[in-house]
Amino acid sequence: MRFSRLAALAGVLLLTACGGEYPQSSIAPASDFAHRIQDLYFQIFLWTMGILAVVWIVLTYILVRFREKPDSPEPEQIHGHLGLEIAWTIVPALIVVAIAVPTIQTTFDTQTPDPDAMVVDVIGHQYWWEFRYPELGGERTANELRLPVDRPVALRIWSDDVLHSFWVPQLGGKRDAYPLRAVPEGDDTKYNWIFMTPQEVGTFMGQCAEFCGQSHAIMGMRVVVESQEDFDAWVADWNEGHAEVPAAEEIAEAELEEELQEAIPIAEVAALQDTPQDVQDAASQEDASQDTASQDTASQDATDSTPVSAEQALIDEGRQVFQSGLGGCIACHAVQGTDAAGVIGPNLTLLGRRSTIAAGWLENTPENLVRWITAPQDIKPGVLMPGVDVAGGNWPATGLTEDQVRAIAAYLHSLR
Amino acid sequence: MSDTTLAPETAPESTPSHDVHGGHDEPTGLWSWITTVDHKRIGIMYFLTSLVFLAIGGIEALIIRVQLFAPEQAVVSAETYNQLFTMHGTTMIFLVAMPMAVAFFNYIVPLQIGARDVAFPRMNALSYWIYLFGGIYLNASWLFGAAPNNSWVGYAPLTSTQYNPGLNADFWVLGLSILGVSSIMGGVNFITTIIQLRAPGMKLMRMPIFTWMTFVTSFLLVTALPVIAVALILLAFDRFYATNFFVAASGGDPVLWQHLFWIFGHPEVYILVLPAFGVISDVIPTFSKKPLFGYPVVVYAGVLIGFIGWGVWSHHMFTSGLGPIADSFFVATTMIIAIPTGVKIFNWMATMWGGKIRFNTAMNFAIGLVALFTVGGLSGVMHASAPVDLQQHDSYFVVAHFHYVIVGGILLGMFSGVYYWFPKVTGRFLNEKLGAWHFWTTLIGFNLTFFPMHFSGMYGQPRRTWTYSETLNVELFNQLSTYGGFILGVSTLIFVWNLWKGVKSGEPAGSNPWGAATLEWSIPSPPHHYNFPALPTVQSREPLWHEAERKSIEVVTLADPEVEPEMPNPSYWPILLAAGVTATWALVMTGIWWVPLIGLAFTAFCTYMWAFEDPFAKKGAAGEVTHG
Repeated sequence: MRFSRLAALAGVLLLTACGGEYPQSSIAPASDFAHRIQDLYFQIFLWTMGILAVVWIVLTYILVRFREKPDSPEPEQIHGHLGLEIAWTIVPALIVVAIAVPTIQTTFDTQTPDPDAMVVDVIGHQYWWEFRYPELGGERTANELRLPVDRPVALRIWSDDVLHSFWVPQLGGKRDAYPLRAVPEGDDTKYNWIFMTPQEVGTFMGQCAEFCGQSHAIMGMRVVVESQEDFDAWVADWNEGHAEVPAAEEIAEAELEEELQEAIPIAEVAALQDTPQDVQDAASQEDASQDTASQDTASQDATDSTPVSAEQALIDEGRQVFQSGLGGCIACHAVQGTDAAGVIGPNLTLLGRRSTIAAGWLENTPENLVRWITAPQDIKPGVLMPGVDVAGGNWPATGLTEDQVRAIAAYLHSLR
Repeated sequence: MSDTTLAPETAPESTPSHDVHGGHDEPTGLWSWITTVDHKRIGIMYFLTSLVFLAIGGIEALIIRVQLFAPEQAVVSAETYNQLFTMHGTTMIFLVAMPMAVAFFNYIVPLQIGARDVAFPRMNALSYWIYLFGGIYLNASWLFGAAPNNSWVGYAPLTSTQYNPGLNADFWVLGLSILGVSSIMGGVNFITTIIQLRAPGMKLMRMPIFTWMTFVTSFLLVTALPVIAVALILLAFDRFYATNFFVAASGGDPVLWQHLFWIFGHPEVYILVLPAFGVISDVIPTFSKKPLFGYPVVVYAGVLIGFIGWGVWSHHMFTSGLGPIADSFFVATTMIIAIPTGVKIFNWMATMWGGKIRFNTAMNFAIGLVALFTVGGLSGVMHASAPVDLQQHDSYFVVAHFHYVIVGGILLGMFSGVYYWFPKVTGRFLNEKLGAWHFWTTLIGFNLTFFPMHFSGMYGQPRRTWTYSETLNVELFNQLSTYGGFILGVSTLIFVWNLWKGVKSGEPAGSNPWGAATLEWSIPSPPHHYNFPALPTVQSREPLWHEAERKSIEVVTLADPEVEPEMPNPSYWPILLAAGVTATWALVMTGIWWVPLIGLAFTAFCTYMWAFEDPFAKKGAAGEVTHG
């Protein structure tokens, strides 16, 4: 008894101790579904490790004890033993029953729909994830699913092309996404479902788990589990859509600048920055502390009576290019509240709030957006999105200039 | 046992007059191999061919491991990577594991049951040539830069022309179709051989376990391969003739592919592993100097596995959303199949218990199988649990699992068999020192490669991924796997070197160097092309361990016959017919409906010529039959 408790403890430590450092760990549950699986897995783990220990210990004993020695007696020519055969059939059978019963219970429990659950559509595409909220206002987003904590959700899963599999290990097991099958009239379309309640606030990593083609490896996602208020705020902001890019002071300029500084070499930051004066300032203040820099920003905010900052100008230019149809962005992409209403590619509403771009592969920074818009196929081979010089799928190269790309990136990053 | 038993080691260790002797009456030269219908030569060709494909599949694996050595690398492109892992899986299953087992079926089974050849010698040759041509065809895709890229399971609709317009999937669907023909014929041949050609007194329950497992496997081949053949033909029609079997938008069903594939695919697992179980069920008693513990139970367990193996396929599809009722059914059947598998493990251990265990390379590999297959079996129990599988499915955890089954089970079993029967095939021993190096490098390399994959999978690395994000933090596990992979590569080189040295200059071995119990050890090493001058009569399961029986058998099996038994003539129709079959399938690639008919016409012509060829005509003309 004592030993088995110790073994259990050791097992728990082994299984969970390392959880934190592994953001896509399947043994660090953060939803009821994942917890049910974990509990079951842990039971089976103990059983199987017990069996393995018995087999290996007995085997080792046999190999040591019965190895051929000069004085080994002639082996007795035994052909079998009915009692033993029955014993080692019955005992495994009992263990199997002990595993099968909770397994089948869990199988049924975790596949029982909760009528109060919020339905969220999960649609796999080569090679990105689309999420829709049909029970709210039909909001759509991509690669970063937002869910309120402690609220049951029913993920309704399908695919737009080949098979995919939705897997966010900390929130539970995976489920395959199938292309919807044409059914005779009157029959229900078959979807796949995951029922679960996220139990922890946080950002969880996930990834496509069914081989789906060239860039299967680069089809990740994030699930942001947040408080109901934060979630509601996001929904409201999404619907508002930021059709008009807010005035400079509203776009959390300091925050943006900080990110710019992290992401882009100083020279490039300088190029993006407000005025020629500031360029000089930035150059002369290269060694200045962060405090000074933010003071500088603050003072600039205070004296922001200039009509439009250069940054804002860049964003405006980006919006113009994007919305004009130049480069063809809006053929595939939509931004809520604008004329951009493409449905082929990811919906870009509130893109600036996402932590990653390119299906969880790149950090969401203006620099990475520039990289992505310029040559998406260098990052994600086989992607349908065309680059500046390279066609993608059926789409011709966008032919955007470097400045236009930079402006679009600034615009998209401002959608927050 | 009331019968007087002969302590195995007092059996004659060798009969020198027959050493390295059997070959003298056989024709040599390339043409004699091309036209051979001798099951032993065909077995050797099967083995060598599978070894070549093992090297190809191994190199593919090493490139994969290099690409995954560090996160976000691009040693090879995503497209190339997808081709590599697809071909690695397809090659190792269809071109290595299956044919290597068939090599043993070919060489060993007729000898174990006291037969002069298989039931259909020319069809046996045909099976081999189709296998060779199919393998070459499949690998020729590399020359077109269009190796299959749809993974070895080829899930629809990624294999459709819409999502896979190139030649890649064409090579895959047609190549596997060709190979299936070979396997089905092999199954028919061995079922017939084992039912019809056993020596007098060789009752079914006296057959060596390896023959038993061949028997069960052959039934699985004959029944399971047609299922994938159907799936492949449907897919071929989708690709070449615009049908919609798997096209969802037209009412077709991608899940249908999965069912068909796994109804084949799970019996396939037992097709692969039962022969290895058979090998070590012969090896362990020999080197424990004890009869197999619970022979009938081991036989029934094998048969039971063969049957239940048909009812577990959807455990590969727990993530497909079949619903809790179907999931639970397949949970139950999968758990049940663990029981006979476990029983086998216990019986092997009980065989060694109380024995006098002689450690040599053959035995080491057999013991390695018992120890390591258990690991794979137990992780299998984990994902037999449907909810747990939802986390493990398609992650590296599963990759770890099935490599413990396939390498830890099948490959170790095959290696054991090679060291065990090499003296019979060549009349020479393999070097035990090199064998020890081979064994330990395999053991270390194997565990170093595949054990860390349990962790990379548990920490969320999906399989079939070209690269992985640094944030997953699984780099360490991948690095260990890569190091292990290269150690496995070295171990394989040692093995090949040992084979080469063994053939050239191995210590001569007599007819029964291990003091083994079964019939193949009663004849000279290597055997005459006719195997048995006259058919021996068998009275027990361990005929060579009972002195009186052994003597009566050896009077027959070691005698030089006055008139050599009449054996079928060589024939070039098998290779031509195989070319016809391959061409028929390969020409489907053109997409023009009547072009394959050219191949079919040639096939029909060869079949006709074959049918009217008298295998026993032209005696003496071919130098095949000599008169004493």
